[in-house]
Amino acid sequence: MSVLVDKNTRLLVQGITGKAGAFHARSCEEYGTNVVAGVTPGRGGEYFNHKIPIFDTVLEARKITGCNATMIFVPAPSAADAIVEAASAGLELIVCITEGIPVHDMMRVKSIFAESFQNPPILIGPNCPGIITPNQCKIGIMPGYIHKPGPVGVVSRSGTLTYEAVWQLTARGIGQSTCIGIGGDPIHGMTQMDALSLLNKDPKTEAIIMIGEIGGSEEEEAALWAKQYCNKPIVAFIAGATAPEGRRMGHAGAIIQGSQGTATLKQEALRAAGIAVAPSSADIAETLITILEKQ
Amino acid sequence: MNIHEYQAKQLFELFGVMTTKGSVVTTAEEAKIIASAFLSKEFVVKAQIHAGGRGQGTFKDGFRGGVHVVKTADEASKIAAAMLQNTLVTHQTGPQGRLVGKVLVAESVDISQEYYLAIVLDRASAAPLVIASREGGMDIERVAQESPEKIWKEPVHPLIGLQPYQSRNIAHHLGFRGKQFLAASTLILNLYRLFDQSECMMVEVNPLVLTKSGEVFALDAKLSFDENALFRHESIEAMRDMSEEDPREVAASAFHLNYIALEGDIACLVNGAGLAMATMDIIKHHGGEPANFLDVGGGATEEQVTEAFKILTQDPKVKAILVNIFGGIMHCDIIAQGIINAFKTTKISLPIIVRLEGTKVEEGKKLLQESQLPLQTASDLKNAAQKVVAAASISLSHSCSLIS
Repeated sequence: MSVLVDKNTRLLVQGITGKAGAFHARSCEEYGTNVVAGVTPGRGGEYFNHKIPIFDTVLEARKITGCNATMIFVPAPSAADAIVEAASAGLELIVCITEGIPVHDMMRVKSIFAESFQNPPILIGPNCPGIITPNQCKIGIMPGYIHKPGPVGVVSRSGTLTYEAVWQLTARGIGQSTCIGIGGDPIHGMTQMDALSLLNKDPKTEAIIMIGEIGGSEEEEAALWAKQYCNKPIVAFIAGATAPEGRRMGHAGAIIQGSQGTATLKQEALRAAGIAVAPSSADIAETLITILEKQ
Repeated sequence: MNIHEYQAKQLFELFGVMTTKGSVVTTAEEAKIIASAFLSKEFVVKAQIHAGGRGQGTFKDGFRGGVHVVKTADEASKIAAAMLQNTLVTHQTGPQGRLVGKVLVAESVDISQEYYLAIVLDRASAAPLVIASREGGMDIERVAQESPEKIWKEPVHPLIGLQPYQSRNIAHHLGFRGKQFLAASTLILNLYRLFDQSECMMVEVNPLVLTKSGEVFALDAKLSFDENALFRHESIEAMRDMSEEDPREVAASAFHLNYIALEGDIACLVNGAGLAMATMDIIKHHGGEPANFLDVGGGATEEQVTEAFKILTQDPKVKAILVNIFGGIMHCDIIAQGIINAFKTTKISLPIIVRLEGTKVEEGKKLLQESQLPLQTASDLKNAAQKVVAAASISLSHSCSLIS
């Protein structure tokens, strides 16, 4: 067991002939992911890497290859359309890596998901590093070699900060069940709470690391949920304690608005739910080890 | 991205959001011509800078107030002359102030009642939300806290937009009647069209007013736009005023670097936004103060790293630099080469602590070692933060001893 992706995942790559799409399709394949198809409109009939068939549409790719998950690298202006295309073709898992999608586009995507599908697919991202189940399946841009199979589930709004946390674990001999990057945009698919819920249900996951940042209220909502429903230990870290108010800190969603979305508010909410908060980004793995030893 | 008040007024006119008549001018003569053409008894002359607190601000030559109400066209011209090409200091500009290049001359109205009206893209519901209150001119956060029942929240369906009946519900809650009820409903609908078609993150009208002569006007407004969507809104992108932004941030954006200037003395160069924030935080955690946020991105080039270094070293406040890279897509050897190139083209005498981890870390470390540059390396993030805070305090006491 693992969360969402494993050896049986059959991956489609939308935007497979672009520079980033091609690079990461190759790197996922090298990691062991079963990449079965690519989509680039107008390039149908060609092959990627001499063996992976390219299609014009997601629907055709699904019918012919039976792909059940997709990784999207389509440029921002067309990415929202690519997400809805994948959903309407019946893919179960959509991982959108693309950065810079207009927020109004994402708002419409979420609305379409809620209204047009009885069982909407799971959307991870956009503007995220993706999802990995170590040694089984990597869908995304994370460096594969820093991961190692094991009992810790990781969910995060950030890319490189997740690598930092994962590396701290791996360097201490602690492996990961599944690591999910949910992305740094203000409107996105899977939330911190959704990810906690999946990791909580996964029998292979024994403890969870949740990495948040300033802006929005997802960490507060996840904390409330965890207090009531989560039976696994959680360590959290919130980035942006020193960020000024009203500025977007790189991620479109990392912004303190008025008194809302500060690191202090989030840390208080997490502690109130009994979640251990790492004092700095260098202490994430150590904090987890400390609470596991206490148990 | 923010815009000037006069630009917001232009957008309001374009979308039929009723507002007072006004024009932006760059000379005192123009101010006089504009004011003479208005019919109102009083005019308002407002310095056009992005910072708030203009009314209470003071110009560098001692002239007080960036907002004045005057009675004649001659007075309007005199006030405009005093403001133009003068530097206005407000509590938001910092002591250096902002040069006023344009002033807005507008009709002044007698206010009978003030209201608050905003449309925001609400993250939690992933939909637009109209927020309205009869407590205009006040801090909306405080109203929300103290008397939430005074605030009307109208959720908007993302796919069909604000419906006319919804705008009527809002106008009714605000207490408008008769002709004003219809005027307010139309204004709210048109404001939504502006929000939707310009892809705003927020449109805030504070105050919306009912004048003594019975008109409904959007008197002052704050608009913010989704920068990700600007590629399809050329006319809004053209409203960007570079002179209102920190020159270092403008320089950084030219190289697609994500840079935000802060007040501290320890600069940092990091890949990834989350890690960049966490690096600022860990500097503070160990007793230092970060001088900036700088995310060179996931796939930075040697050139970008070199340019990033130039921006950091040109900041006179900076006493030490921390480079924190976790190579994923980004290769550590590219960062190393960028640092080496920066030393070739720029005179750098600051202490620099480098922490590399991830893809091609050995190659990166080797390049730095062979370059024999005066760099300190760090084994991990904590070690790096401790070293850079120590380096900054040594270089601080060093410069103090030079002064004494």
